Amino acid sequence: MIVVALPAHLRALAGITGDVQLEIDGPVTRHSVLDALEARYPMLRGTIRDHVAGARRPLLRFFACGEDVTHEAADAPLPEAIASGAEPFFIIGAIAGG
Amino acid sequence: MSNVRVLVGTRKGAFILSSDGKREKWDVSGPHFAGWEIYHMKGSPVDPNRIYASQTSGWFGQIIQRSDDGGKTWFQPGTPAGESTGTPEEMPKGESNKFVYDTSEETGKPLTTHQFYDGTPKPWEFKRVWHLEPSLDDPDTVYAGIEDAALFRSTNGGQTWQELPGLRGHGTGSQWQPGAGGLCLHSIILDSANRDRIFVAISAAGAFRSDDAGATWKPINQGLHSQYIPDPNAEVGHCVHHIAKHPSNSDVLFMQKHWDVMRSDNAGDTWTEISGNLPTDFGFVIDVHAHEPETIYVVPIKSDGEHFPPDGKLRVYRSRTGGNEWEALTNGLPQSNCYVNVLRDAMAIDSLDSCGIYFGTTGGQVYGSADAGDTWAPIVRDLPAVLSVEVQTLK
Repeated sequence: MIVVALPAHLRALAGITGDVQLEIDGPVTRHSVLDALEARYPMLRGTIRDHVAGARRPLLRFFACGEDVTHEAADAPLPEAIASGAEPFFIIGAIAGG
Repeated sequence: MSNVRVLVGTRKGAFILSSDGKREKWDVSGPHFAGWEIYHMKGSPVDPNRIYASQTSGWFGQIIQRSDDGGKTWFQPGTPAGESTGTPEEMPKGESNKFVYDTSEETGKPLTTHQFYDGTPKPWEFKRVWHLEPSLDDPDTVYAGIEDAALFRSTNGGQTWQELPGLRGHGTGSQWQPGAGGLCLHSIILDSANRDRIFVAISAAGAFRSDDAGATWKPINQGLHSQYIPDPNAEVGHCVHHIAKHPSNSDVLFMQKHWDVMRSDNAGDTWTEISGNLPTDFGFVIDVHAHEPETIYVVPIKSDGEHFPPDGKLRVYRSRTGGNEWEALTNGLPQSNCYVNVLRDAMAIDSLDSCGIYFGTTGGQVYGSADAGDTWAPIVRDLPAVLSVEVQTLK
């Protein structure tokens, strides 16, 4: 069981209150986390990454255990604390309201 | 009898609204600099006829305009004698638009990087002047808050500008990132009780204070909590939308943050939330009554995604208790189908005995109240989107 924290606008889009808990088979990577997230909440497809190329939307960032992993490889293993669910995987929106 | 002069910067020019102390009948002049974005205009507290304006354009870059006759005529300071500055489109022939970061070994700081929206490093690059703050003592001295965030000063009436590099270079710059409007230094407060003290605010870095006239700076963001950034309690990275202070008190500051209305009673060292019963604590403007240091005003905006008033009702909220307890001021403001925004520098307060309050909207209305917010009326309704509002109380 891993935990994903979404920014407010994506929580609203998906109708989510609080963090999301996901089961992932196999290695826990950003790729597998997003696959599981999009499978559970299809309305999020295309909002975090491009439908076809899988490229991250430019106003989103990813954090794991306080580290910015936005620019790490999508298939790189996430830290054990993320894989075990001890720490949430953060998807953070840029401050774009100013 | 006193008069008031309201300086309005818009997306497509500047407007000057003038009235006597009754503030019932208004004369409107403009557009000045038609077609240009006027981010800010402000008059010198020492010489009210001295007004500075930031004129900017994606096509042409930055121009600084100055008036020495209360806005009747304008020129670009530093233009050599005999040279024309006859039209707003003419580019400066002097150096009034030359904002160059000070990277010299003697006085400057290296040109490092801040963060882009996605966290990638991005070198500092001058884009425009957001805010002009004339000195409290000298009409020829004026401060400029710029994008990408830094503080500049001119001591010759805007002819030339020098960076105060201690702010950009004080050490946390690599963690600053832009809000949607850019990485802008948008608020400058000069402390009338302590001439060495300056407050500034940057989106999205936070608030900073200098106690040595701008040479060195410290972040003053303890107590701010921003759930939408990687470390919600970080030293910097908070999207502060505006800060305000009453001249009578050096230590009390008010802040409208991206979300949350805050106050500090120790010059920014720590902050506490005062959102209280506001319908939403998102917003841009915040200001303080001229004669009541604990009376403050905000305009709640629905959310970061929906930049308009909740329920389509344009309401100014006033607290007479320094926060937490707020009352809606609606008399004369549209209470249905209103979906405008009020941007961060678009509220101002005059200093007449019956305190006047003014704010401009992205829909082009400028509203005024001559009774501290109890009743409102539009002064003009159909200007271009309003970026900034300042007011001068003329004796």
